Amino acid sequence: MTEIPYIAAIEMAIHGEMERDDSVLYFGQNIATSENDKFLQAFGPDRVRVTPISETAEIGMAVGAALAGYRPVVELYMAEFMLVAMNQVVNEAPRFRYMTGGQVNVPLVLKAGYGFTAGWAGQHTGTIYGMFMGVPGLRVAIPSTAADAKGLMATAIRDDNPVAYFHHYLLTLEPGEVPDGEHLVPFGEAAVRREGGDVTIVALGYMVGLAMNAAERLAGEGIQAEVIDPRTLNPLDMKTIIESVEKTGHLVLVDQATRHGSASAVIAGEVADEGFSSLRAPIKQVTALESTIPYSQPMEEYILPSEDKIVGAVQQVLGQAPVGA
Amino acid sequence: MKELDNDRLVWMFTQMARIREFEERVKGTFEEHPGVIRGHTHLADGAEASIVGSLATMEPNDQLMTTYRCHGYPIVLGTDTKAMMAEIYGKKTGLCGGYGGSMHLTDVERGFLGTSGIVAQGIPQATGAAYAAQIRKQGQVVLCFFGDGASKQGAFSESLNVASLWKLPIVFIMENNNYNVVTRSEQEDANAAAGEPLAVKAKAFSMPGVTVDGGDPVAVYETVGAAVDRARSGEGPTLVESKVYRLSAHGNIIVPPGIPLHFPEHEAIEVFGNPEEYEAAKRGDPVPRFRGKLVQDGVMSAEQADEIMQSAKDEMQAAVDFGIESPLPEPAEATKYVYA
Repeated sequence: MTEIPYIAAIEMAIHGEMERDDSVLYFGQNIATSENDKFLQAFGPDRVRVTPISETAEIGMAVGAALAGYRPVVELYMAEFMLVAMNQVVNEAPRFRYMTGGQVNVPLVLKAGYGFTAGWAGQHTGTIYGMFMGVPGLRVAIPSTAADAKGLMATAIRDDNPVAYFHHYLLTLEPGEVPDGEHLVPFGEAAVRREGGDVTIVALGYMVGLAMNAAERLAGEGIQAEVIDPRTLNPLDMKTIIESVEKTGHLVLVDQATRHGSASAVIAGEVADEGFSSLRAPIKQVTALESTIPYSQPMEEYILPSEDKIVGAVQQVLGQAPVGA
Repeated sequence: MKELDNDRLVWMFTQMARIREFEERVKGTFEEHPGVIRGHTHLADGAEASIVGSLATMEPNDQLMTTYRCHGYPIVLGTDTKAMMAEIYGKKTGLCGGYGGSMHLTDVERGFLGTSGIVAQGIPQATGAAYAAQIRKQGQVVLCFFGDGASKQGAFSESLNVASLWKLPIVFIMENNNYNVVTRSEQEDANAAAGEPLAVKAKAFSMPGVTVDGGDPVAVYETVGAAVDRARSGEGPTLVESKVYRLSAHGNIIVPPGIPLHFPEHEAIEVFGNPEEYEAAKRGDPVPRFRGKLVQDGVMSAEQADEIMQSAKDEMQAAVDFGIESPLPEPAEATKYVYA
């Protein structure tokens, strides 16, 4: 185990997979721009290339390179840039295998930072992973720790399906203990970050840290929260979530996205469908308000989930909040 | 580029005849077996010479990607026409098991990497395959087919920029049939409106742009062949504008359930009221035109040409019979290929 930042863990995984498998390519925006680039030095210009700011070409080329036998990792820099090439992400990559009756696989990874705040305003702060849960054929990973950042990226590269991999910019420099050598985190296995019997908090990506802090505060009030990090949205480990709800009877969901169409809404629906009889109170979702993210700090804080909002939501579902709160 | 000897010329005519006959049988199915074909089909009648001339340049390991107007290409590559017809009929025995249909015929083993049903979206994919070919260093070339409408899409511009910048082994073949569904090129294309060939777009990406008569398979072969040679030698891509005239309408019409599908009249007549243009195109039909030339040049006899046509008819009737008789897939197989 070594303590390294989240972003270094992602790079470690890509580097390791490129060493292990000659068919892994790494191309995209803002990489390998100088001869000193460590990927370029290690793997050369055939496998590591800077591309123009041409998202449709980048992602479309990844599809084509995958069809031709390679495993590209596409650096998109920011998740919103995927939206420029939505057809390739949603309508091409995940459907190719299906339309050809299984003749080909499309193993590629779309690496994108998401949910940046800190004043990046309306078009560089989107939490858009939820959009992709409804796309059959597309895997979705959202690491919340450095160890998972490494393990999920390595798994993503080895997966024979297209994977959208969302890392949170505010976690970039967050250090964490990361296993040395090969480290694979399986898709579809949620992590129980904290055990507790009173309430289940399911938190996604960057929200996991907020949920953990909230759980510590709640412990001071005698409330034991179980914090679950799904780690991948597709496949989604509903089994772990349902089992936790069976134990606690209470569910709070924390998602940085706006609620409608979010991962939080999907999980709430699944629990209502499959785990309704275990619930002793309505499900509570802590999400961004239905708004574009504003630039100015107090408005941004107002929009987004926070530790306080999570604590308040837990208190509410446990019936400890004052009436009308 | 290999010289076209008489055997090769006859082979080219044979492939043109097979494509034409396959599509005639697809079109005929709408009346003979109503309800068998669902959704859309898009025929390439009129483009046979362009398809065959282009594909005749391919070496065994070369690859191609196309649009949804895709019936012709696998026929030339040697794909089983029974499996192709069964795919269009949505049968279990289809080329893609009934998962793709008319718009998504794919035969990866023969180098046909696939299609996109969305205009221009296969262009970056073919460019990616060319990137793969470049770094694999086995001399492969990728042929990328699309229509004139696609050249208005960002995917076209982005891909030609990267392909030229990286000197990728790809040939961009624009089959310019002058219609974008029911809109004429000069109504939506600045170059066409200015009276310029669409091949001038290549200039913006610092690659050669050439226009060729897509009704002449030998001319197409020579033009695409020169571009393939250039790509294979590492000099980068070429934009070939192959001028064709599709003899059917854009596609068959989307209708509510219960109303039979049909092919409307060609847009030149139905939309623009210009039957003269369409009649002239019919008189220039590349299949009889090439047949006439080969007979006139003594490359094949009229009897041989008739035998080739009859053989194509027999083959495609067998494909129809196979498709009709084949079973439909099991419904529960529907989720089989979602994930690898």
